[in-house]
Amino acid sequence: MKDLKGKLIKKSMKATARMITMLENQDPSAIEILADLYSLTGNAKVIGITGPPGAGKSTLTDKLVKGLRKKDKKVGIIAVDPTSPFSGGSILGDRIRMSDLATDPGVFIRSMGTRGHLGGLSKATQGAVKALDLYGMDYIIIETVGVGQSEVDIVKTADTVVMVMVPGLGDDIQAIKAGIMEIGDIFAINKADRDGAAKTHREIANMLDFVEKDWKPPIEQVVALQNQGIDNLLNHILDHLNYLDTTNQLIDRRINSSRIEIMELMKERLMEDFIKEEDIQEDLEVCAREVAQRENNPYRASEELLKKVITKEAKNYENH
Amino acid sequence: MDKPIRVLVAKPGLDGHDRGAKVIARALRDAGMEVVYTGLRQTPEQIVQTAIQEDVDVVALSILSGAHNHLLPKIVNRLKEEGVYDEVLVLAGGVIPDDDIPGLKEAGIEAVFTPGTPTGVTINFIKENLKK
Repeated sequence: MKDLKGKLIKKSMKATARMITMLENQDPSAIEILADLYSLTGNAKVIGITGPPGAGKSTLTDKLVKGLRKKDKKVGIIAVDPTSPFSGGSILGDRIRMSDLATDPGVFIRSMGTRGHLGGLSKATQGAVKALDLYGMDYIIIETVGVGQSEVDIVKTADTVVMVMVPGLGDDIQAIKAGIMEIGDIFAINKADRDGAAKTHREIANMLDFVEKDWKPPIEQVVALQNQGIDNLLNHILDHLNYLDTTNQLIDRRINSSRIEIMELMKERLMEDFIKEEDIQEDLEVCAREVAQRENNPYRASEELLKKVITKEAKNYENH
Repeated sequence: MDKPIRVLVAKPGLDGHDRGAKVIARALRDAGMEVVYTGLRQTPEQIVQTAIQEDVDVVALSILSGAHNHLLPKIVNRLKEEGVYDEVLVLAGGVIPDDDIPGLKEAGIEAVFTPGTPTGVTINFIKENLKK
């Protein structure tokens, strides 16, 4: 696309969509543009919606967005679904629950596959957030893949995290396990018209009893499909964002996620530019065989390989 | 991982049968494509806006209602108006009489796959005819 940067500044829908595609494909020119325009981002508030598969995240997102639209806010949605580790393909089906939003000019929905990234998001999700931020969205909602117990990437990307639970998923020990239960700023118990909602509510409340921070995560029972409890949930979200603002924690959170992002980009570059699998393939093959046959061990083998790579790279560097 | 082909599988119009659409969505997934699936009863405008926001390479329309001569050219025209038709391959599948196929192709539907078409045929057609 010609003059992608200019079109992004002019908030073109097509350019924004193309930009996200290029970020997903790790196109260096897209990274370049994002670097140039970075100072224009950071205006949108980012809300993460996470929870187990089938909890109703998409339906809930649809209803929350409608609530924000009533307040005349523009909303971007990034909906992540899993990519097959076998074929590399995916079915991105979150839009099924958001049909009404497709033609709303104040809403931009983008579906993404995880493309091999663990943690509940895709590698390009953070970039997509920035693209939608540039597009002028007031709020950006990220819907994670259905999570299990430890996909907590969303805390690094969102300002406010809504943990969506449903009745009947497990006992109170599940609620005190480490991982996803620790990341909710707000808890929504969806499908609360089903048996066990009160019990789930109690279990989460018991777990949260031990939280000693200023912000005690509220728990809201909702029935997304019937639009019940959505207004309250949305108010909790806006309260939390407001709380972050007034207590200067928003900037703290963003400093924290920027720190993680910089480190991750450095690690990525190191892996991609420094330790290229094709360069060490022969040595790796030999080591792998030795390790499998117990002639060597993975700890020492990795040390040796790393030393070899570093010496080689150092020589290359001197020759430059 | 290199660039997967992105496909929008959509059902325009009012028929409520999406088995065919789901079969093709799954086959395209297994062929390594990213399939955006929007579900039933989509208006042309919904399909076009979705195609733009999702920046898809292919729009695959499944229709069984008999309203293909009305709905499919409408979608193509809207894609043209939005200036994205040149980059998107538009296909149709479903119960479409042979007599109607030339007219649909004339209107800008690049290929029509009727019942019984092996999924491999559709997959190959997509791979060989991408516009961008």
